[in-house]
Amino acid sequence: MIKSLSLNQKLGLTLLLGLFAFAVLVGGFSPYTIDEQNLSIRLITPNSDHWFGTDHFGRDMMTRLASAIVLSFSLGVFCVLTSSILGVTLGVCSAWAGGRVEQSLDVLVNILLALPGLVLVLLLSAIAPGSFVVLYFAISLVQWVEYYRVTRAITRTLMDSPERQVSVMMGFGKWYQFKRHIWPAISSSVFTMAAFGGANAILMMASLGFVAVGIQPPLAELGLMSVELFPFYVEAPWVLMQPLIVVALLVLGFHLLAGASRESLNSTH
Amino acid sequence: MIWELLRKRLYQLVLVAWGVGTLTFVLMRSLPGDMAYRIAASRYGQDNVDSAAAELVRQELNLDQGWLSSYVNWLFELLQFNLGNSLVSGLPVSETVLHQLGHSLLLAGFGIALSICIALPLGTWSAKKGGLVNSIMVWFSTCTRAMPVFVLGLILILLFALEWPLFPVAGFGTWQHLVLPSITLAISLAAVSNRVVYGSVRRVLRSPFYQFSRVKGLSERQTFFRHGMRNMAVPIVAFIGIQLVSVIEGIVMIESLFSWPGVGHGLAHAIFARDIPVIQGCALTMGVLFVVLNGIIDLLCYWIDPRGEQEQ
Repeated sequence: MIKSLSLNQKLGLTLLLGLFAFAVLVGGFSPYTIDEQNLSIRLITPNSDHWFGTDHFGRDMMTRLASAIVLSFSLGVFCVLTSSILGVTLGVCSAWAGGRVEQSLDVLVNILLALPGLVLVLLLSAIAPGSFVVLYFAISLVQWVEYYRVTRAITRTLMDSPERQVSVMMGFGKWYQFKRHIWPAISSSVFTMAAFGGANAILMMASLGFVAVGIQPPLAELGLMSVELFPFYVEAPWVLMQPLIVVALLVLGFHLLAGASRESLNSTH
Repeated sequence: MIWELLRKRLYQLVLVAWGVGTLTFVLMRSLPGDMAYRIAASRYGQDNVDSAAAELVRQELNLDQGWLSSYVNWLFELLQFNLGNSLVSGLPVSETVLHQLGHSLLLAGFGIALSICIALPLGTWSAKKGGLVNSIMVWFSTCTRAMPVFVLGLILILLFALEWPLFPVAGFGTWQHLVLPSITLAISLAAVSNRVVYGSVRRVLRSPFYQFSRVKGLSERQTFFRHGMRNMAVPIVAFIGIQLVSVIEGIVMIESLFSWPGVGHGLAHAIFARDIPVIQGCALTMGVLFVVLNGIIDLLCYWIDPRGEQEQ
């Protein structure tokens, strides 16, 4: 598995694993919590007690960053798992069954595609501001459509292929047909979409945090941290830089891991 | 063919209106508290609300009917473009949103135009040179697109508004206010689209028909304008259509960051204040804008290449 990755993909994987290891280690060993305030040491430069300095309430930046990374990663992973499983299942079912199933799914997909993803996520997050579950639900709802479209397009061409027809005539079950004929054809696209999906989920959460309708304080979230720390850029530019750099690294890691460009997906269907 | 395209977009418009209407209706219903009291509070002020005022509102707006009939009413109001008044300011939503839409269109137009001005030369250049130039461009684009729009905007603010005060930090008024927001949007779009330009130009430059026109004796210039341009343009224009999602999402973020008085800024504020009629108006406008812009791109593609989209 690892050997088949290109250099860029390995680089991306290393970056992500590094960030994750950092987050887990700091989360495990840090003597501070994310909401422990100490106003006498606000905005101090990095030192031996606070390796990354402190924010405007004197909270330890390293602990907060680690917590934010874990939050971003867990949202990314949950969203990717949910949307890919849902999208691939429905895509295969739709191409396989055709008829009514396909038509009704198409209407649903058209509704979801008619609104830009972020607007839909914003709308849904308005129902319960600051809720991680709603955010997860909304982002997954937006993301499964892409898996659905690509999977359906590829599966449709495979349905009538000679090799699958032979499998049918030999009496192999549906699960075998899926595993033998469909999955190998779609797996690389699904992997690419999953990597971009992870990046996008993290971006969306940070964006919502940035316009103050996402995860609410005092929780640490990368977008929220950047907007909270922005007023202090003159006194403490190094503190403001940290969440910005981490967001960029996370997204870069996922993009590198994706390998193929996203545009190459659109030419397959 | 052309009617087919327009019909599809019209169908999407209906879906947008229905989707946004339903979602905001659910939103309205799921808010805590009695709706009559809330509307009365927004009409008469927090201090003047009593049960008599709330009852008056309830009677007037038929609030005690079941959810089904109020849902039908809600959609009916939407159909008549009656978006109601803001719960916060009391101003009619349609006026506010129309006012904001102008600003958003200005920003989106400038952003897209600038991104084309950046992406076309860069993409063509790296397709013609190839090799090292292209590798550098690949890395540069990868790193740029890894940055969320708001990080990009923050960096530009830090550099060009605070470090060297060339442009105002935020706000609206003179043309200088437009510079940083539209550059932010343009860079984030161009980081992706210059690769598409590269792919498209390379495909055409290597194609047999292009080689042949060179062999038959046309100059480089003639070949490019005669055989190159139009063939390269279709995928690029189509990609602008795909990028419209990023444009709308970028607008939401950039307007909030630069306090640009557009629809995206309005939407973020309304969600923060839970001002549902404004949420509905803004989301509806963004959805309609998205579909209409997509329709325009469809028409453009059709105009450039009347054979229609070959890929689909």
